[in-house]
Amino acid sequence: MKTHDVIILGAGPAGLSAAAELKRLGVQDITVIDRETEGGGIPRHCGHTGYGLLQFGKLMTGPDFAKRLVDRVSDLDLRLGHTVLKLEPNGRLQLAGPNGLETLQAQKVLLAMGARETPRSARLVSGTRPWGVMTTGALQQFAYLQGKAPFQRPVIIGSELVAFSSLLTLGHVGVKAVAMIEERSRISAWRPGDWVARIGFGVPVMTDCSDLRILGQDRVEGVSFQRRGVTRTLECDGIVFTGQFRPESALLTQSHLELDPGTRGPVIDQLYRCTDASYFASGNLLRGIETAGQCYREGISAAHAIHAALQDKLAAAATPIRIEAGGALSYVYPQRLTGRGPYDPLLFKARARVATRGTLRVLADGREIWSRPINVLPERRIAWRVPAIDLTGIHHLTVDLQPRK
Amino acid sequence: MADTNHTQVVVIGGGVVGCAIFRRLAMGGLKPVLLEAGRDILSGASKANSALLHTGFDAPHGSLELSCMQQGYREYMSLREQLNLPLVKSGALVVAWNEEELGKLDGILAKAHDNNVTDVVHIDREALRRQEPLLSPKAMGGVHVPGEHIIDPWSAPLAYVHQGLAHGGIVLRDCRVESGRFDGIWHLDTNQGEVTADLVINAAGNQGDIIEAINRPAPFRITPRKGQFVVFDKPAARLLKAIVLPVPTERTKGIVICRTAFGNVLVGPTAEDQEDRIHAEVDQAALKQLMARGIEMLPGLANVDVTAVYAGLRPATQFKDYQITAQPDRRWITVAGIRSTGLTAALGIAQHVAGLYGASFGRLANSAPIWTPVPNLCEEQPRTYQAPLSGEIVCHCEWVTRTEIENALDGALPAGDIGGLKRRTRAMMGRCQGFYCSARVMAIAEGKITP
Ligand SMILES: Cc1cc2nc3c(=O)[nH]c(=O)nc-3n(C[C@H](O)[C@H](O)[C@H](O)COP(=O)(O)OP(=O)(O)OC[C@H]3O[C@@H](n4cnc5c(N)ncnc54)[C@H](O)[C@@H]3O)c2cc1C
Ligand SMILES: Cc1cc2nc3c(=O)[nH]c(=O)nc-3n(C[C@H](O)[C@H](O)[C@H](O)COP(=O)(O)OP(=O)(O)OC[C@H]3O[C@@H](n4cnc5c(N)ncnc54)[C@H](O)[C@@H]3O)c2cc1C
Repeated sequence: MKTHDVIILGAGPAGLSAAAELKRLGVQDITVIDRETEGGGIPRHCGHTGYGLLQFGKLMTGPDFAKRLVDRVSDLDLRLGHTVLKLEPNGRLQLAGPNGLETLQAQKVLLAMGARETPRSARLVSGTRPWGVMTTGALQQFAYLQGKAPFQRPVIIGSELVAFSSLLTLGHVGVKAVAMIEERSRISAWRPGDWVARIGFGVPVMTDCSDLRILGQDRVEGVSFQRRGVTRTLECDGIVFTGQFRPESALLTQSHLELDPGTRGPVIDQLYRCTDASYFASGNLLRGIETAGQCYREGISAAHAIHAALQDKLAAAATPIRIEAGGALSYVYPQRLTGRGPYDPLLFKARARVATRGTLRVLADGREIWSRPINVLPERRIAWRVPAIDLTGIHHLTVDLQPRK
Repeated sequence: MADTNHTQVVVIGGGVVGCAIFRRLAMGGLKPVLLEAGRDILSGASKANSALLHTGFDAPHGSLELSCMQQGYREYMSLREQLNLPLVKSGALVVAWNEEELGKLDGILAKAHDNNVTDVVHIDREALRRQEPLLSPKAMGGVHVPGEHIIDPWSAPLAYVHQGLAHGGIVLRDCRVESGRFDGIWHLDTNQGEVTADLVINAAGNQGDIIEAINRPAPFRITPRKGQFVVFDKPAARLLKAIVLPVPTERTKGIVICRTAFGNVLVGPTAEDQEDRIHAEVDQAALKQLMARGIEMLPGLANVDVTAVYAGLRPATQFKDYQITAQPDRRWITVAGIRSTGLTAALGIAQHVAGLYGASFGRLANSAPIWTPVPNLCEEQPRTYQAPLSGEIVCHCEWVTRTEIENALDGALPAGDIGGLKRRTRAMMGRCQGFYCSARVMAIAEGKITP
């Protein structure tokens, strides 16, 4: 069997930026695999603007951005309509294509399968199970790829940024939402968001809503919930569950690669390398949602690491230093450091479980080596660089967030 | 309905029981008409169950239920290859989690042997550990029932209906029986007009007593007993082999953990009586309890995502046993109260009904069966996407190809609604619940089914 230099799994922003960068760096034999029949990942169906400003110098729609990414690598071996079924040790992949099952082998594999929203079922939402309950991703495909409105009076659940994407998406097919409902006591997106929803879209935002219940038999007829001690019912014909992204990591769960229960993505080191050194990972697969721009940058960083690895320039993975999240952090990545150090400024990314005003600290074997005051909201990225540090003799790092007393 | 408004026999209700009876009568040379209120068959109890093929080891001794289950089990085994129906030979373990339950195992074993399920044996703590190493170490011992198996709850009744159609039966969906009168023949009023029949078979599941009232004051009352389930994602399937059954109580079989034919793991059902005969709601508190109980028994589930949640309504009456009787003078057969074993028993019930028919109404012919195999959706057998030239995969979580979806929208009994399409293909039933594929699937189904 032929061994490819690099196989990239996932033709979204992360995978395609990595492909372009590897090409620029002179890697010859790159194969990009995606199960969809068109490349581009999520932006393919995200028809509103919000992409490309930093990468291509202008504000673009998702599909334009996707096309730009695909066009740059159109000379590579792009296998669309191919689903990877299994990740095996040392860069061996089992996949199903239009011609049946195949096996591919690469020196290095980049995993960039992205993330998706948590559906109603995994949120354990009460009520009946009628048609008309979906996620923003599905809604976008109806609206932007098929030009169809699956309902006329939906209720939007959640208020992360993507909830606003769903308002825009509904607007594209002439639909106005009945309300936006949030469980927390403030919206998850930036503060003027509820103002934008109300004034810009004419959609009321209701916070503090709990005990959601879906009503209707064949089709959605309404939704009921508790708000400030009162049960309320809104009539509607559709429900869009937005946000609560989770990595598309089913392949990983069934593989030999280690997963982080916090991010739900693969355990990586500072070079985007998984626990099998022939696998790297980047983009939303690492932790759920970030902007396409972030994923794009992660793709480029991973490409550099892969390039170095192909030339045997990466430090061999010596006994890794584990990194754990503590305090109010729900996760931190990378989850380990490999190689000998001293390390370049180390880029950490994390998220907090709850809104916290406090101190972010890095502890080496229990001793504080870095700290900074911080004020964070849940569902927002926290990213920072820790200046080069000598970790000789260190086994374990803890990154934590302690609320101010 | 020109050529169907008078018929020898009408079966009311296209659940698994009605489908099996329809098949049996069609193969017996009658031209039965199956009337189903839903837009597709399996709109009632039969759309949501645990999908277990039971041996009857714990069924009431001497009951009609037991004999129908064992007959149904045997017949399923004998026809499943010709109809391409799957069988996951898992076996079951009745597990005791405390001393009290441990004390009941002897009784379970004795009852199983009484019920002629002779291969049931005790299994001690260590052997249990060897057989299911990932089960919680709190398991104290159990009873092994090798014959309990896992099947596909939807392909089976679908195959029965297809075979019935091939033998000349007729299915009318979206056809609700509203009332009727008997003047030597039956006149049934439906939303599609009057249907007349020489004989009516009531297999209306949770509406059984209401339909029965068309014929006579119903001697039983149906109180639906809801069962909720949590389905875990495919990685969970590696955590266990056998069906793990609890020591049953008087009321229910209790919370089961088992794989599904589709490669997931389910935990459930609950048992909650309700008046509503239609709406089977899931409830967050109950789902959380199920998850917690599941994780307690099989700790590895804690690391696996939930794929789906659902609920079904068992057609329970005040009686334990099935309510199956013939009233020859009224030309009516009642098949009701098929509470929690109907998937297993359906083919046996159909045999029993054929017997009642033969005894009071006429002879059934013995024609050579026309086999109508259904597409396989079971992970343990070859699936379409694995074949050369299988074409595009549309549903990425369940690996459903475009061809499979198109086929389900076509043929003798095309999917009648979205639920029917899901049950025939599994499209949109995986972990993403349509995030990636629902728009594509609905575009393919455009003009054939409306949401
Ligand atoms: C509704 C919505 C609105 C958004 N709006 C914006 C916005 O305005 N601006 C912005 O910057 N970002 C936005 N985002 C976020 C942005 O689109 C994502 O961050 C970005 O697309 C992630 O890139 P990725 O390459 O990591 O993954 P994805 O874009 O998800 O790509 C992953 C690819 O992997 C493929 N794949 C997965 N598994 C397999 C497999 N087993 N075999 C083969 N192929 C596989 C998938 O088909 C997919 O094409 C939005 C996201 C959503 C859902
Ligand atoms: C939670 C749960 C778990 C179970 N687990 C198992 C198991 O593991 N193994 C097993 O063997 N069994 C199991 N069962 C039992 C099995 O599902 C039932 O016994 C079986 O589905 C009953 O089938 P039925 O055809 O009698 O009823 P139904 O499936 O309810 O069929 C009745 C049909 O009649 C139609 N109908 C009603 N009124 C009218 C009308 N007026 N006109 C026309 N049509 C009408 C309905 O739409 C419906 O489709 C379980 C059941 C539940 C609920």
